[in-house]
Amino acid sequence: MTLRRAIRAYPTLLRVGLSEVVAYRAEFLVWILTTNMPLVMLAIWHAVAKDGAVGRFDQKEFTAYYLAVQAVRLLTSTWVVWQMSMEIRDGTPAAKLLRPVHPLFAYSAEHLAAVPLRALVVSPIFAILYFTAGDRLAIHDPMLLAIALASLVGAWMLIFFTMVLLGALAFYMESALGLFELWLGIHAIFSGYLIPLEVLPPWIRGATRVLPFRYMLGFPVETLVGLETHASALRELAVQWGYVGFFFAVSLLVWRAGVRRFAAYGG
Amino acid sequence: MTLSMLADARHVVRRYLRLLRVQVRTATIGAMQYRADFVVRGFIALIWMGVALAPLIVVFGARQQVAGWTFAEALVVVAWFTLLKAVLEGAVSPSLTAVVEHVRNGTLDFVLLKPADAQFLVSTAKFEPWRIIDLLGALGIFVYAFRLLGRWPHPAQLLLALVFLVLATTTLYSIWILVVSAAFWVVKVDNLSYLFGSLFDAGRWPIDVFRGVFRGALRFAFTFIFPLALMTTYPAQALLGKLATSTALFALGGGVVFATVSRQVWKRALRMYTSASS
Repeated sequence: MTLRRAIRAYPTLLRVGLSEVVAYRAEFLVWILTTNMPLVMLAIWHAVAKDGAVGRFDQKEFTAYYLAVQAVRLLTSTWVVWQMSMEIRDGTPAAKLLRPVHPLFAYSAEHLAAVPLRALVVSPIFAILYFTAGDRLAIHDPMLLAIALASLVGAWMLIFFTMVLLGALAFYMESALGLFELWLGIHAIFSGYLIPLEVLPPWIRGATRVLPFRYMLGFPVETLVGLETHASALRELAVQWGYVGFFFAVSLLVWRAGVRRFAAYGG
Repeated sequence: MTLSMLADARHVVRRYLRLLRVQVRTATIGAMQYRADFVVRGFIALIWMGVALAPLIVVFGARQQVAGWTFAEALVVVAWFTLLKAVLEGAVSPSLTAVVEHVRNGTLDFVLLKPADAQFLVSTAKFEPWRIIDLLGALGIFVYAFRLLGRWPHPAQLLLALVFLVLATTTLYSIWILVVSAAFWVVKVDNLSYLFGSLFDAGRWPIDVFRGVFRGALRFAFTFIFPLALMTTYPAQALLGKLATSTALFALGGGVVFATVSRQVWKRALRMYTSASS
């Protein structure tokens, strides 16, 4: 019953989210521009690979990889952790809890609404990707393309739920954002954001297969630029969606327990 | 210049030094209230230092030299970057972020009413002492890099490097003042500070690695428009004894230009300020 009501409210929530993003479009664009590290890393690896490939990566492969990283990162990132930790501190959830829709459901609509605009901004990157390395992309293989798309959806959800989890920690501690900074640092190395995971030393590579970070970025990117085979991509897709389910459950539990100890500050 | 003007100038400098001492003390007392935060922040700083070093280690694991730089030489650049980041996030950006808030809330009035230079007051309002950890990390990287090189910088090179430290800090500060001045026109610039930080991150690499991008356009931008080269690569070269005299002179000139322009822009911005409070 509540679920049906929530689903009926979803399109409206999406529209509200979209108009919010449009209202703050300048900020939105500046935020997009702050994600530029993959391009810097691309420049550096280009200088490195000028006189020969590094493993499976030649100059063209690096170009494809980092352009895809840039695009996937922009498509899937959310600012929900900032929003939640700020709102929990100033008491906003008090009002949100009164509404007939679960606050996490409302958050998801708000952040999902930004995805079409993000896709619009990212489309030139995909165009460049197509023209520079079109022959290596997964687009020529329907099966891989389908896995890549599913992995993108999985990556968005995985990032959203882990960020909700970190944001909900603000119910318990003051320095939840400090923890988030820590998380960002670990993510930068273990997700393939800074360095392709294949190029890392073997002992780290083993850890990246087990930790969830790879499934937020490295896995969709590798599938997209054709570095994965059917069998391994399918297997990893299962792992990714397993992680999605796990973090969905954990973030919901942490939120629920957090709400119970929440004493609304302010009016 | 007459003798009385000289005495006046000395009086002003003394007054501002005393003011600086008071400001630093208040800021430190404020920050020291959060001792647990100090430990958490320090730990995060260490993790981020590792994150900053990892790409360098991987890249130089694949090649002996990149764009004419060896691992040890590139480490000197990283050390400069870490040092400047500590200065930026410990002394420059906390205060200047507060200015944006002042402008939005209209509380800049209280600063402007005080009988001292407004730019000085807002620039020294806040410090984050835990950035000392970054400073120590930078020193550690310097020492390690020069041990790898097997030689130590001459006193003359050290002196030049110190000059460049002042120059780099001034430039960094000037760019920040420019960013903050934008707050007087467009009000919401918090994101600009993140943009600034993300661009500054590229400074951990020697500028020469950007040689091949868009026929050198990126290197041009990082030298003249957003002068990262002046902040990390040139100082590192100075310390390594590899900086050409002409480059050094050009960098000094550039720093002076940046400082002058930013001071003028700040003054104009202040004239724009209309108290926003009710």
